[in-house]
Amino acid sequence: MAVAFDEMSGLDGAVRPAYAELKRWLDEIPPDLLIRRHKEAEFIFRRIGITFAVYGEAEATERLIPFDIIPRILAAAEWKLLARGLEQRMRALNLYIRDIYHRREILRAGIVPEELVFQNPVFRPEMNGQKVPHDIYVHIAGIDIVRVDADTFYVLEDNSRTPSGVSYMLENREIMLRLFPELFSRHRVAPVENYPDELLASLKSVAPASATSDPAVVLLTPGMYNSAYYEHSFLADKLGVELVEGRDLFVRDAVVYMRTTQGPKRVDVIYRRIDDDFLDPLAFRPDSALGVPGLMSVYQAGNVTLANAVGTGVADDKAVYSYMPDIVKFYLGEEPILRNVPTWRCREADHRAYVLEHLGELVVKEVHGSGGYGMLIGPGSTKAVIEAFRAKIIADPNNFIAQPTLALSTCPTCVAQGIAPRHVDLRPFVLAGRDRVRIVPGGLTRVALAQGSLVVNSSQGGGTKDTWVLDR
Amino acid sequence: MLARTADNLYWLARYIERADYLARVLEAALRLSAMPRTYAGPTNEWDSALATAGCVDEFSAHYDVANEATVTEFLAFSSDNPSSIRNCFEAARSNARTVRTALTSATWNAINGSWLDLHRYDAGAASREDIAGFLRWAQETSTLIDGSAYRTMLRKDAFWFTRLGLNIERADNTARILDVKYHVLLPKHEHVGGPLDYFQWAAILRSVNALTAYHWVYRESVKPWLIADLLILNDQMPRSLAACYGNLVQNLDLIAQSYGRQGAAQRQTRAVRTRLQNSRMEEIFQGGLHEFITAFLADNSRLGDTINSQYLI
Repeated sequence: MAVAFDEMSGLDGAVRPAYAELKRWLDEIPPDLLIRRHKEAEFIFRRIGITFAVYGEAEATERLIPFDIIPRILAAAEWKLLARGLEQRMRALNLYIRDIYHRREILRAGIVPEELVFQNPVFRPEMNGQKVPHDIYVHIAGIDIVRVDADTFYVLEDNSRTPSGVSYMLENREIMLRLFPELFSRHRVAPVENYPDELLASLKSVAPASATSDPAVVLLTPGMYNSAYYEHSFLADKLGVELVEGRDLFVRDAVVYMRTTQGPKRVDVIYRRIDDDFLDPLAFRPDSALGVPGLMSVYQAGNVTLANAVGTGVADDKAVYSYMPDIVKFYLGEEPILRNVPTWRCREADHRAYVLEHLGELVVKEVHGSGGYGMLIGPGSTKAVIEAFRAKIIADPNNFIAQPTLALSTCPTCVAQGIAPRHVDLRPFVLAGRDRVRIVPGGLTRVALAQGSLVVNSSQGGGTKDTWVLDR
Repeated sequence: MLARTADNLYWLARYIERADYLARVLEAALRLSAMPRTYAGPTNEWDSALATAGCVDEFSAHYDVANEATVTEFLAFSSDNPSSIRNCFEAARSNARTVRTALTSATWNAINGSWLDLHRYDAGAASREDIAGFLRWAQETSTLIDGSAYRTMLRKDAFWFTRLGLNIERADNTARILDVKYHVLLPKHEHVGGPLDYFQWAAILRSVNALTAYHWVYRESVKPWLIADLLILNDQMPRSLAACYGNLVQNLDLIAQSYGRQGAAQRQTRAVRTRLQNSRMEEIFQGGLHEFITAFLADNSRLGDTINSQYLI
């Protein structure tokens, strides 16, 4: 595995311009300042209650995500490129999903294999021919980006269902402003605090035709036991919309209402943080107690907008992912600005043969996996683990893809031994409204806190950082 | 606002008020039980603490004897008792977490902070000092939570629903004390200056935080019918039934004005308040204090049901 590119010191140890001021500051401050500030940050997080739940850990139902107080910095030019690429990707995602549920030109052109769509458990036949307001399916995407050198950013995943983490992006910035006012005054950091405003504008812009000029937006949560509940309540608060659970909503005459202290109130746009499966027990899983019976019928009647739309999962499994560069070209006639990680699909014989031969150097992922579970990181794995994966791939090749083990870039991070480089990724949040695509500069930087680790997922010990996009 | 949100806020306020009340009941019982028998009288303070907390049945399902150890454990810490002080704070925090968006950050911080503090008492309390410390903490905490809501929440329905919960709970608590202790308040028990009843009466006043207030209002030694007057009819006294119903009428009117609609809850509350305003202590004693309190408790609980069906579901 190649030496990782460090975002502060590059490969040769020369401090890169975007980090010059931060480096000067780190050299100036007393050594214990970072530790003191770090403790303060933890105290504030716990006080505010910024916690997440890890399923299956009864004794720690509410945990803090470790927060690293050294910011990750992107230069203005780097961000400009990323933003253009993200917007392009978002447009392509929406055109692709619309096509899949209507004319299916991309399948007829033989670019994406049919079975990847029709045999995909997240393909929703209910959406065939279904019109959605303004043809927007993915209103909010959390597109994961990794970096491998000074010029190369790869898209790792297009989370186009119910991506989470944006509350950490916002809270991390608030905490940093509180802890390091001095450091901010020495930089020109583009703000992220307008995200809720941009989100609300996007959501209102896609209200159904039946809505008034001031559509009623709600945020639908599975409830306080969900791992991202903090984020749901945080966002509802910042948006100034009601945070509803399934039982707060009901359907009558093809309209959704919420139960209020003043009787039923009509709902126009639902920013739902519940998976498709649980949305409506009459249409999907009948055992779902989280959803709203009849919601799909209202959706089909065009009387409510769901954000994101039902069935967007067809665009974000890891097998479809490998076709994204072709998808961008097909719909937009443009070269993709952001590259994909080279991906071998185990469903194809020649790819599979290569993967099985090189398991020791590859990362193997389940097509529908998430959260960093169920994956093999070849380098550093034991023979036994690799052989177990080999058997799994042979048994069910369609379920796996493989990628080279990337040397993810590193950023200086505060660890027990002092400041050390740790691997990071980036999840910018991309919003699509009727009028345009909106992206606040930056996103959530996740950091693998263990030395050498590449797993940044919070459920597996990853932390977060504030992400600074310099204004110039 | 969402009916479920209003319901959560209403109960959040009830739990906090209940925790405060239970802490004061236990404090008064500890004080009485530490007194020589010749002063405190033959009654078992621990039985009566259970009765005023309204959980005699739950208690006997778990314990055989009511004494200082068992009752303190049950009312303060027990996880078997859904309204132990600890469970009240747990439930309040859980409610607060579901309705965070309806609370100000100051109120949330007060509730979440108290819940984090609560873990200091995970092992229960070993000594009388520990218990006293816990009971003081519970009262201070509920004052802090209530105060931060009072100071920071917008004067709109969310706030008014917390006030409804608080006042319904408070009226219930005050009436319950009177219900359990009415026999020591009856005129026929009157031996003014007799030490025995004095300490019982003082304990009642302490349970509602009104011993000093009594002296300011009546400027007399403690007399049972005046205690009843203070707790039932005196609207200067924040925990009296009259004051609670004054607040209920006011907050329900605010809700009705803002929603542009009156309902059964408003009518019922006004009826109870009018009855309290037109009553005199002599008549209440003539009609029977016990009967009066029993009828009041039933009215109060009916009002809770009406508020529930009118706004909270």
